[in-house]
Amino acid sequence: MVSPTPQTSDYAYDSKIEGNVTFTQLDAAINWMRKNSLWPMPMGLACCAIELMGTAASRYDISRFGAEVMRFSPRQADVMIVAGTVTYKMALAVKRVWDQMPEPKWCIAMGACASSGGMYRSYATLQGIDQLIPVDVYISGCPPRPEALLEGLMRLQAKIEKEESVSNLKKSTDQA
Amino acid sequence: MIDAIQNMFGDAVLGSQIFRGEDTISVSLERAHELLAYCHGELGFNFLVDVCSIDHESSDPRFEMVYELASIDDSQHLRVKVPVAEDQSVQSVIDIWRTADWHEREVYDMMGIKFDGHPNLKRILMWEGYPFHPLRKEFPLAGKPSEMPDVAFTGVAPMEGGPFVTCSTATDTVSGEPRAKGES
Repeated sequence: MVSPTPQTSDYAYDSKIEGNVTFTQLDAAINWMRKNSLWPMPMGLACCAIELMGTAASRYDISRFGAEVMRFSPRQADVMIVAGTVTYKMALAVKRVWDQMPEPKWCIAMGACASSGGMYRSYATLQGIDQLIPVDVYISGCPPRPEALLEGLMRLQAKIEKEESVSNLKKSTDQA
Repeated sequence: MIDAIQNMFGDAVLGSQIFRGEDTISVSLERAHELLAYCHGELGFNFLVDVCSIDHESSDPRFEMVYELASIDDSQHLRVKVPVAEDQSVQSVIDIWRTADWHEREVYDMMGIKFDGHPNLKRILMWEGYPFHPLRKEFPLAGKPSEMPDVAFTGVAPMEGGPFVTCSTATDTVSGEPRAKGES
């Protein structure tokens, strides 16, 4: 039904398109799409990976947050979940996988080992994955429960919401 | 069993001990391989449970190889110890027990003892080119820095007053509690 009194403003109320048009900022729209469709790269290295699997399974169901599409190819992933102890022998392999992920990308350090080396104060263990790749969210726990991983994911979503995606995009095209 | 070995090898047996039902004999390096083959062939020790090594650091000879033998059929157990000096190498026992392959590689990796006759003596836990043997006593728990471009690197772990370790010589449980040794 056409509005009986047509208005000149761009924002005119028109019941025909009510609910079909949303005014927003480009940043907000891009971030909304990104945060609700985070495809994780499951970097499962130790017992945290078991909790990661539990988070993905039916009881905790990570797909409620749009992150159920675990990709074992880094080229299709948005967020790397480093779940477990990173040994020095594995460290550069993790870095290589991270480098293969396309921008924009985020990293969750899941558990004590990935965050800081955890209980492994030893010659064999990297003392936190943040020495090699930038980490957005650290999750405490040894291993963290699925709820903790889900909260970490929600924190990451909140962080993505605030990003200046358009100007970041412009910046990266200027550099290229 | 120990008597049988002692009769067979005489002076090569450096000592023996029975502690809580576990038999241990110490044997000289020169005849160790022969003795282990005898244990497998004549005494029926068809299962090599473990091969490991001990670093006695200040004493001479410095290292000691330890072979844990068992027999599947009648549950016998025998521990064979072999003193090894720093410049000596040990004859591999792969020809007796195939399972010794990875055990000996681990001993080589962690302690730096070399094995003659091993078909594939390279590191098993650390990467080829890592310059240290981490289970030697002089190697610090926190590790040492090393760098192999495109392969791996290591750093020094912060100890923050640690490591937190139990005291093995404590007389009561309170003083034996884990506490910081102040090595950081």
